[in-house]
Amino acid sequence: MIETDIIIIGAGPCGLFTVFEAGLIKLRCHLIDSLAQPGGQLAEIYPKKPIYDVPGFPSILAGELVDNLIKQGEPFKPGFTLGERAEQIEKTEDDQFIVTTNRGTEHKAPVVAIAGGLGCFEPRKPELTNLEKYEDHGVDYIIKDPEKFRDKNVVIAGGGDSALDWTIYLAELAKSVTLVHRRTKFRGALDSVEKVQSLADNGKIDLITNAEITNLDGSSELERVSIFKKADESTTVKDIDYFIPLFGLSPKLGPLKEWGLDLNKESIPVNTVDYSTNVPGIYAIGDINDYVGKLRLILCGFHEATIMVQSAYKRIHPEKNLVLKYTTVSGVNAFE
Amino acid sequence: MDDLITIYVTDLHGDRHEIQAPTDMGLNVMEAIKANSLPVKATCGGMAMCATCNVIITSDHELPEMSESEEDMLDEAFVLEVEGSRLSCQIPVSQEINGLELSMAPLSNPED
Repeated sequence: MIETDIIIIGAGPCGLFTVFEAGLIKLRCHLIDSLAQPGGQLAEIYPKKPIYDVPGFPSILAGELVDNLIKQGEPFKPGFTLGERAEQIEKTEDDQFIVTTNRGTEHKAPVVAIAGGLGCFEPRKPELTNLEKYEDHGVDYIIKDPEKFRDKNVVIAGGGDSALDWTIYLAELAKSVTLVHRRTKFRGALDSVEKVQSLADNGKIDLITNAEITNLDGSSELERVSIFKKADESTTVKDIDYFIPLFGLSPKLGPLKEWGLDLNKESIPVNTVDYSTNVPGIYAIGDINDYVGKLRLILCGFHEATIMVQSAYKRIHPEKNLVLKYTTVSGVNAFE
Repeated sequence: MDDLITIYVTDLHGDRHEIQAPTDMGLNVMEAIKANSLPVKATCGGMAMCATCNVIITSDHELPEMSESEEDMLDEAFVLEVEGSRLSCQIPVSQEINGLELSMAPLSNPED
């Protein structure tokens, strides 16, 4: 059981900044996120996009902002449970919460901060019969441990950055990599596209464009895929170990809906005094909450996180009076 | 008024709404839909980086050509081949689209 002061659900900008603000008042945090890396939408959807409305930064790339937020929180040694979805919450007799993920990891804390953005990102799945049968039996949508593909025959489908990046990465590791894309052009960063093209030219990978996977086959494990080439309408069957469809991710509110929280459509109404929900001890900050005048902006989420941790402190240490300290006066006192 | 146009939006329940949008605010159709409190998921906020503002255009207005990124995004979400399929965030609100008719596509459902 992982124990901490604040369990933060969602490691986007808002969740990451909570670590810093909580750390300043000596509260420890542990973040849970369904994605394999921190940063939420900023890392997953638009890492290379400039953001112009973060105070003090005339322009900053979303990916850089995430890196900075991680660095800013580092002195306070946050824990991370990544690639796992917060699934269940239960209240203990001593007024704490236990949050359990879909992989069974348990976390315990007196305060839960939901910084879940638009929900958990779930992979967009191609329409293929047998697809679900082979999930975790040869079909992977998110790569958590690349080592499992060592010396294996892998087929990747997709045309965006993640398809390109993983093709490049696995080209070294896997026995064979085939990248199948439905179009002839790729959507990803130019240097990645060039790298993939050169890997294909040098025979390091098999690149099949204007084509798609039309069938999965095997026994209990995936063994073969059918690749349909649109140009000559031919279908080839290929023996493989793993099929990785990378068609992007789409957020869904998911299990949070069953947590007994008031919901307003897809967001969680909060009291703007401290961004608390209807359940004492559970707060909601950032894009996932809702109140009169709500703006879904990163900078507003930072404000909400800052206010919220003060209230969390009072819940955790009701006997202590908290005095606001300035970092210019006290600096940043890292945790041991 | 000269700077207001009308767009007809059929929601996912099949109800048709008449909405107005100003042409002088730099809006796109997704934002116009949102501004009228009609449900649209629009995860990425208008960067053509998701497909959750997907609509089906049903009138024969001449629309700006699809950018490569819009085409790629629709393709990745498996809706490029659907007749009239567009990302509403990539269509600027202008006099040229006055009277535009569209239906919200399933991917735009905020509850999905």
